[in-house]
Amino acid sequence: MTSVEPTEAVTGIPFVLNGTAVEANEGELLIEACERNGVHIPRFCYHNRMKPVGMCRMCLVEVDGGRGPALQPSCMLPVTPDMKVETESEPTKKAQDGVLEFLLANHPLDCPVCDKGGECPLQDNAYAFGAGETRFVEEKRHYEKPIPISDLVQLDRERCILCDRCTRFASEVADDPLIHFIDRGSQTQVNTFPDHPFSSYFSGNTVQICPVGALTATPYRFKARPWDLDAIESTAAADTSGARVVLQASQNELVRTLGVDSEAVNWSWLSDKDRFYYEATNSPDRVTEPLIRDGGELKPTRWGNAMRAAARALRIDPERVAAIGGARLTLESQYAWAKLLKGVLGTDHVDAQLGDSLPAALTLGLPRTTIAEACAPGQIIVLMGPDPKEVAPTLYIRLRHAVVEDGATLIEITPRATSLSKYATLRLQTAPGTVGQVLSALADGQLDTNVGTVQAPELERAHQLLTGDRQVSVVFGRANLAESARYSADALGGMRRLVPNAGYLPLLRRSNIHGALEMGLTPGFLPGGARNRGGLVDKWPSTPEFEGHDTDAILKAAAQGEIDTLVLLGADPLGDFPDSTLAEAAFANIKTLIAVDGLLNTSSARATIVLPAALFGEEDGTFCNLEGRLSPIRAKVTPPGLARPDWVIAADLSHAIGPELGYTTLEELRSQMRATVPALDDVDWDEIDGADDGPLFRPERNWELEFGDPAQMPPTSSYGYRLVVDHKLWDLGTMSQHSASLANLAGPAVLRLSPNDIQLLDLADRQQVTVDLGEESWELPFVADPQVAPRTAWIPARLPGFDVRELLSAGRSITNLRLRTGEVPADVE
Amino acid sequence: MSRLDASNVLLAREIIARYPRPKSAMIPLLHLSQQQNGHVTNEAMEHIAELIGVTPAEVLGTCSFYEMFKREPVGRYMVNICTNISCQLLGGEELLHHAEETLGIKPGGTTEDGLFTLEDVECIAACTEAPCLQINYRYENRVSLGRFDEIIAEVRGGKRADVPTHGTLARIRQHIDPDRLAGIEPPEVAGVPPWFASRQDEAKEETA
Ligand code: SF4
Ligand code: FES
Ligand code: FES
Repeated sequence: MTSVEPTEAVTGIPFVLNGTAVEANEGELLIEACERNGVHIPRFCYHNRMKPVGMCRMCLVEVDGGRGPALQPSCMLPVTPDMKVETESEPTKKAQDGVLEFLLANHPLDCPVCDKGGECPLQDNAYAFGAGETRFVEEKRHYEKPIPISDLVQLDRERCILCDRCTRFASEVADDPLIHFIDRGSQTQVNTFPDHPFSSYFSGNTVQICPVGALTATPYRFKARPWDLDAIESTAAADTSGARVVLQASQNELVRTLGVDSEAVNWSWLSDKDRFYYEATNSPDRVTEPLIRDGGELKPTRWGNAMRAAARALRIDPERVAAIGGARLTLESQYAWAKLLKGVLGTDHVDAQLGDSLPAALTLGLPRTTIAEACAPGQIIVLMGPDPKEVAPTLYIRLRHAVVEDGATLIEITPRATSLSKYATLRLQTAPGTVGQVLSALADGQLDTNVGTVQAPELERAHQLLTGDRQVSVVFGRANLAESARYSADALGGMRRLVPNAGYLPLLRRSNIHGALEMGLTPGFLPGGARNRGGLVDKWPSTPEFEGHDTDAILKAAAQGEIDTLVLLGADPLGDFPDSTLAEAAFANIKTLIAVDGLLNTSSARATIVLPAALFGEEDGTFCNLEGRLSPIRAKVTPPGLARPDWVIAADLSHAIGPELGYTTLEELRSQMRATVPALDDVDWDEIDGADDGPLFRPERNWELEFGDPAQMPPTSSYGYRLVVDHKLWDLGTMSQHSASLANLAGPAVLRLSPNDIQLLDLADRQQVTVDLGEESWELPFVADPQVAPRTAWIPARLPGFDVRELLSAGRSITNLRLRTGEVPADVE
Repeated sequence: MSRLDASNVLLAREIIARYPRPKSAMIPLLHLSQQQNGHVTNEAMEHIAELIGVTPAEVLGTCSFYEMFKREPVGRYMVNICTNISCQLLGGEELLHHAEETLGIKPGGTTEDGLFTLEDVECIAACTEAPCLQINYRYENRVSLGRFDEIIAEVRGGKRADVPTHGTLARIRQHIDPDRLAGIEPPEVAGVPPWFASRQDEAKEETA
């Protein structure tokens, strides 16, 4: 497998390639060894990130392994010592010719109307290695063309050459084997099962790897010709994994995103969100000019007016100014805004997280590992957070590969089963509110009594695995919004005691959130993780004089009339903050709401002033992924109308207020960042722009993280169902909703219950279940879901149909529900 | 009705239990469902997928690979006439034409009474007995035109108890108590994916 990197000191295996003596690595496939030695062998089915299958025979070459030359598929053949290989010989050429003639026998040759034309391996190989003629005069195979196999992908079976790439990807990489070869012989076709579409989060990858035009992406069909596309490398910003991409534009409009093979991160794969959400930048709803509220309505205005109005609203007592958001921004813009808010205005009420994650000190302070280290063969991976497939799909692909192919051991400590559960060696089912005590018991070695839903033998087993001599990596985050973040923090405290040398990978939501935390868009910190007081005083005009609020506290303060001006940096607290009642109360009392965004959301639609910002693909900058890896974000198109990059807006706004931020170009801004944050200066910035994986930003942090005694487990209640709330990949988030192809992918909100509980509650014949919480009741649709543990109820957040935030309140440590069939229960009478 | 019925679900579970991995029971379960319904329905494939933990597409992939799994209703009796070389030389084609006329259907078609489906097949490995045919996969050797009419009459007259009705291709059952089977090795674990093997190792450690 190519995922196993060739180690440095390989003893070369000598072989002869077209008469020249060369060397291969141990176990290397001939096709790869030839490539490394400068000889490209044509291929269709072979893909370096998947197992070889030898389906297409395009890679036949003449090989003499000692028994005379014979044609062999080079993608299936590991190099053996002294093998003689001829890639240019007559027999090889004849074989290539023959294979192409066969492959083209049934191919419709509709290249003029095919999206793949111009970048098609079949076209290219036919030109380079084919005869240019066919002897096949019979009628070709016909199929209805194309058929949609999912909302995003269309399949033209006539064009398919049956290379097995898409189907292998679906089962081997994505673990969504929803497409398959159907029928046999000349009738073989790729297809789905009737009414079971290929709705994989990774479906777009099959379009990219299909070596012909059989699979096409609905959003890109007939949009452009590949030779007309203008391309640049960048980083996907749909989640925190930082997958590397190529952005392609036609006539100043983004039309396609392709995955780039980054060894450190995404191995060429992308989630469909990473791939298709560029559509939002082309949305007709983009804010293209500054808006100001006038007579209850947002009206276009000039930048100057908007800036003056904003400056007036911000030039007040810094304790009455707050800012929420900033994860959408580039690292440079994050720094600029941190400087404006904290250095110029002097407020510390700044938070890029929206009450759905963990304290910033933990994310910043826990020793970080890398994806490659966590996924190294033989490691132990502990998942104590949300389902990686929903939050960072690219990371999910890497974790799954590590466990399935490379023998890593997965231990899951989560309130519901995740997409990785079936590969877990051990799964600790922690009922909401118990994870802190579970980890505490493990750390104290108290392994003989059950803790909550976790049985003593499971504790014993976990302890044994975690305290062995294998390296432990902890993928952590907020697994459940319906229980207090306190429990997750306690669990991390326990893990620190149990495995002192474990490495950590934070699994947060919101693209560049790690950049935001590092650049100080969080209370109590300045760029580089410096603490407010003392840090940076000599480099910035000033620093906040007080310890600020996080989003939760900002909203509470605002609800009490303590905040006059609120800045939203691409955030949507009304739509996204777990306690919607609190967010609503806060918004009712804000005097001036300044939104800096490229698209209006529920919150920014209520702004007093809207400053139009450039989005993804429209500005240059830097991305910081969950490992702390810095990679480039690059502009390929110009921002629409008068929209500007966020760092420009920050500088102009500062100018309008008075002090200058001290840069006029991105280069100057970067120099200033490097001068201010020593760890940023340690990074090789040329490496960020280089073709490799990007350097790690790793400030020296030997923080003593303080973990108090873990909170007691909440008592069991007669309202016997504990609520689990987390996020799905497709939801009502602003970017997805403005991407035409993604907007309808969010499924309806339904309550999910374990199949057993459905029997227990006698719900089998019903459509709805009654949910009681406090004085209120709801009628909700439900489904059986084996991922849900007994006595818990899972409802994903931000889906159409029901806003689960109605059940959440910032004040509750866990959320207990009573579930019943429609009738009023007897004990109430 | 098209999913496996209750008694067949019990049988299915028994069959699944015989394999180290449930997925291996796919083909026996396809047989079971064809035996139940005469052909393999979409619902049955979905049901099998649920039972063995794969996607319906994977079941369809396997099912459609084998021609003897029928995904559309067929007659109670499949009449498969060989027209490959040996049979052709000894009158296979004539036999097929005769069958077409007698039954009034083309290959692939089913008689109106739903009794016979005619198929034109390649060598069925009985060349020494050419021309030959199969009726529900039971051989009839050296079939003359007259013999063909007799066979059809026998079947219509209910005189062919040896021919099962369509769907029953194989009976993969094992009602013998495994303890009583001498000398049968447990399935070895070679070739299982590492995560599966490691889980098994760990399970062993745990019980040790
Ligand atoms: S659809 Fe494309 S990727 Fe899939 S088997 Fe056919 S040619 Fe290969
Ligand atoms: S590339 Fe080797 S057989 Fe297809
Ligand atoms: S040719 Fe008919 S059985 Fe072989």
